[in-house]
Amino acid sequence: MNRGEIVKTKNIRTVVYHVLVCGFGLAMLYPLCWMFMSSFKETSTIFTTAGSLIPEKFTLENYANGWRGFAGVSFGTFFKNSLFIAVVGTIGTLASSACVAYGFARCQFRGKKILFGAMLASMMLPGQILMVPQYLWYEKLGWVGSFSPLIIPFFFAIQGFFVYLMMNFIEGIPTELDEAAKIDGCSYYGIFFRIILPLMAPSLITGGIFSFMWRWDDFMSALLYINDAAMYPVALALKLFCDPGSSSDYGAMFAMATLSIVPIVLIFIFFQKYLVDGIATSGLKG
Amino acid sequence: MKPTSKRLYKFLNKEKTAGVVFCLPFIIGFLVFLIIPMGISFYYSLCDYDILSPPEFVGLKNYIDMFTNDEVFWHSIKATLYFALVSVPLRLIFALLVAMILVKPTKATGFYRAAYYLPSIIGGSVAVAILWKRMFAPDGVVNSILGIFGIDTNFAWLSDTRTAIWTLILLAVWQFGSSMLIFLSALKQIPKSLYEAADVDGAGKVTKFFRVTLPLLTPTIFFNLVMQMINGFLAFTQSLIITQGKPMDTTLFYAVYMYQQSFSFSKSGYASAMAWVMLGIIAVITFVLFKTKKYWVYEQG
Repeated sequence: MNRGEIVKTKNIRTVVYHVLVCGFGLAMLYPLCWMFMSSFKETSTIFTTAGSLIPEKFTLENYANGWRGFAGVSFGTFFKNSLFIAVVGTIGTLASSACVAYGFARCQFRGKKILFGAMLASMMLPGQILMVPQYLWYEKLGWVGSFSPLIIPFFFAIQGFFVYLMMNFIEGIPTELDEAAKIDGCSYYGIFFRIILPLMAPSLITGGIFSFMWRWDDFMSALLYINDAAMYPVALALKLFCDPGSSSDYGAMFAMATLSIVPIVLIFIFFQKYLVDGIATSGLKG
Repeated sequence: MKPTSKRLYKFLNKEKTAGVVFCLPFIIGFLVFLIIPMGISFYYSLCDYDILSPPEFVGLKNYIDMFTNDEVFWHSIKATLYFALVSVPLRLIFALLVAMILVKPTKATGFYRAAYYLPSIIGGSVAVAILWKRMFAPDGVVNSILGIFGIDTNFAWLSDTRTAIWTLILLAVWQFGSSMLIFLSALKQIPKSLYEAADVDGAGKVTKFFRVTLPLLTPTIFFNLVMQMINGFLAFTQSLIITQGKPMDTTLFYAVYMYQQSFSFSKSGYASAMAWVMLGIIAVITFVLFKTKKYWVYEQG
């Protein structure tokens, strides 16, 4: 082979690589595109023209119909509920996890090892297993039917993931800063609020993004604890909106489903770097 | 400052106390939202209990019934095991494969990475579950696309015992993106010198993969295998919305059956027992995985 041929085969290989990788990527995204485009089709034509992406007649009617919601409650209320649950839950998670992470990372005390072990164990314990036990307990506390079970527990650092994430970050902050502050007469609390907290902002952003997305998507606890339509978050409302019997307006269903993932997709687009960092640090260490 | 508050201040500012104070949210949360509910449910698992009337102690009856007298329980174990044992390894293999392809940086890598990652960000949502259900409907997009390739069919993917669970497996594998990212960053941490040494020894691409890349990735694979197995074992939302356990319980996942027992059949005592059995199963699986660790996971140092 002469030089020209080598360059040529290299070019061909590059093209093949990009065509395959790109084609596969598009296939991965196709279902989402289909949902998005179908939401602009006339509802009666969604399944008769399921094979094509482009609507024959572009319409926003589905969005208007879907937004009306059901049981006299519009999707505006559902979105407001979701936003409330996600924002307040996230604030609780960040505040409590930052405290605990600082305690674990910077203080020595009796029982720390056991406590840390308990946290790791709780990380391995997924929510589904606690579904029934927690329900019975919240029932006793009189929390069923309110937002409490969806919000209050998050103020107690119950998700080890976030503590772990922030702990890793704090351990990367030089202890010389703490020492210097201590010499200047700063208390542990002062160090936390004045030095560590401002420096750990990137991990707060990463944590905040994950927490918000998980709270926004949380379906199971809403299903268990919320039984008043005016209090439904979007995830639960969508599910009931699609239950057999309540509606067969697939256009409206797709429109609302599309809207429900808009916040997540926006976060994905604007904060991808933080998401990638969070995933990488949490998945690498055992 | 009064002397007492001064003493209190001094006490609070001791390292030992400060540590406990900062960890207080977790200590309280762990007790109140984990230990207490688990304790309550352990007691109820030994009772006949339907939430409305007071619990009646029946000893191990729930556990015995579950193993000897409940065929659906075994169906749910079978469906769950099948799902977890197929979808988790498939997803990890896929993630590794794509990570190997994307590790070589090109101008478009950022875009590809995003495209592959997006599904795992939104895959767990109700919106995607609804979408999946409609995609595999007889008049859904899957059959339409098959039609374009000349296979005219209105096969009902979700109501055939052979294919229903595969739609859920496909949904799980579709979300390989976050595992892929984890592998990507693990791949970047493999020292280049190892590959150079392998080059000197005349190793080919395949040898390099199996002798250098794969062994160094095993700790990452192991960690993700354990975590995803546990989560695979507890799949809930997708089954509840897409298939409702149908047809013939082939997609009735354990968590869904537990939910039904407690909230559809009002048998909370029985469901509590199921939760404890599930905890046992997960403990066994994790234990077995950890036991196999020394045979295939590469320990550094």
